[in-house]
Amino acid sequence: MTAATTPGLRVERAGPQALIQDAGRFGVRHLGVTQGGALDWVSLGWANWLLGNPPETPGLEIAIGDLELRIEASARLALAGADLGATLDGRPLPNNASFAVEAGQRLAFAAPVRGLRAYLAVPGGIDAEPVLGSVATVTREGLGGLDGHGRALAAGDTLGWRGQGCADRVLPRDVVLPPEAEAALALVPGAQIAHFAGDSVFAAFNREWRVDDRADRMGVRLLGPELHCRLSGMISEGIPLGAVQVPADGQPIVLLNDRQTIGGYPRLGALTPLACARLAQLAPGESLRLTPTTPAQARRAHLAQWARWHADD
Amino acid sequence: MTPRLETVGMDSLIVRLFETIDEANMPWLAAADSALREAFGSALIDLVPSYTTLLVHYDVVALTPGEARERIRTALTDLAPASAEQGRRHVIPVWYDESVGPELPRIAERLGTSVADVVERHCARDYGVFALGFAPGYGFMGLVEATLATPRLKTPRQKVAAGSVGIADRQTAIYPLRSPGGWNLLGRTAVTLFDRDREGYSLLRPGDRVRFEAIDRETFIAQGGDTTPLEEREERP
Repeated sequence: MTAATTPGLRVERAGPQALIQDAGRFGVRHLGVTQGGALDWVSLGWANWLLGNPPETPGLEIAIGDLELRIEASARLALAGADLGATLDGRPLPNNASFAVEAGQRLAFAAPVRGLRAYLAVPGGIDAEPVLGSVATVTREGLGGLDGHGRALAAGDTLGWRGQGCADRVLPRDVVLPPEAEAALALVPGAQIAHFAGDSVFAAFNREWRVDDRADRMGVRLLGPELHCRLSGMISEGIPLGAVQVPADGQPIVLLNDRQTIGGYPRLGALTPLACARLAQLAPGESLRLTPTTPAQARRAHLAQWARWHADD
Repeated sequence: MTPRLETVGMDSLIVRLFETIDEANMPWLAAADSALREAFGSALIDLVPSYTTLLVHYDVVALTPGEARERIRTALTDLAPASAEQGRRHVIPVWYDESVGPELPRIAERLGTSVADVVERHCARDYGVFALGFAPGYGFMGLVEATLATPRLKTPRQKVAAGSVGIADRQTAIYPLRSPGGWNLLGRTAVTLFDRDREGYSLLRPGDRVRFEAIDRETFIAQGGDTTPLEEREERP
């Protein structure tokens, strides 16, 4: 662990899922190393944007809540993503905004009000030594995080940050609006979709899906119509982010950042990275629809998101 | 050699070279790997070779989907297999013992032979590394001789110790770190498969060759091996 530039936050209490995340680990997937990184990379990006950090700057991904931090140094911090009932010294904090903190104050996250994962940005990013090019915490692989060995935050940890002063921005209105009641997640159909039964493909895009409680950073299972594929016993191959794989029980699993790097289940295609970020905020039981898109359309939407962060650079 | 290109996501394409698992695929996959790395340069985010395919994950800021396809087509025109001697050969010492390889006696029993004979058969040939995956540095190797082929456990173990050597069907592998796993365990090695301080991190690379060598308990301990038995009771409460 490196010496923190500024000791900024002390962890008083932590649930199992407060993780340091950035964009993820790239260039090593051929060695079996997973991507990792913020599941809702859009919210991490906005949290960083609020402080004037680059969108992929290391921040804290707080899933579910159950986290209490003691402020060690005065600064401006920012929150985006889920509303986890955050409070500063017991007073509710506005979500999707930056706020001033002073040494001695307590920043606490209770439980999800809306969404699942909140992102906390700090000046210049959380100070942690990158492992294989990234600080992304992957517990299963023992990589990243504060100690470099994939450990989630625990009581007694001290987080430092790398920067000093920072911007004081307000999020564009359309970003802070509540997400639509039923999420529409864009999916790029893959070549293997040709091996699915016609009525299964129809059902995939026209029926409602529900998020199962079997959901974590590796993947999210969806409940809905049973999908049938003529392929079975495929040879394992590389799996992209958002791949929608369909095992024999016909219930799809969307593979997210901490997925295994290769696998052998037939796939409908892959959610776009924007859709993956949206999915990461859906709680078990929430409903969604899948909408087909093309790689070119998906790319345009993706680049548009990045352009917003760089608009006033 | 006509590679097939398949869309698999916004920024990813699968290059399909073969339809079946075969050690003869490896020189072709190695050649495609080099050609694609060169063709994409900094526009390549990740390239994941597997038994019959390569997954190309490219940077959408740098390339449109059409441009990515074109680069792949150009790169793979007139592809020639890489030299079969390119991969490295590793000799991996393994302590074969029931306490750390609980399926060893079961396989011997099924074959109507001794544990020593099963060990001898597992050590009798070089295995090719087909692909890395499942965990950092986890190499899928094969093929073990047909008589040793054993299907995966019906219920995977919650915890398999680091260094465990296993068999699934006609493939064999070593668990680089403690993880869940459903392979049939024969023994354990003290060799470190994945090391963040090692050049290239992973001991095994696709196309490498691996030979297992049986060692006794004392040698295993001298090499730093962990003799803690696999405690099945604890894993299945």
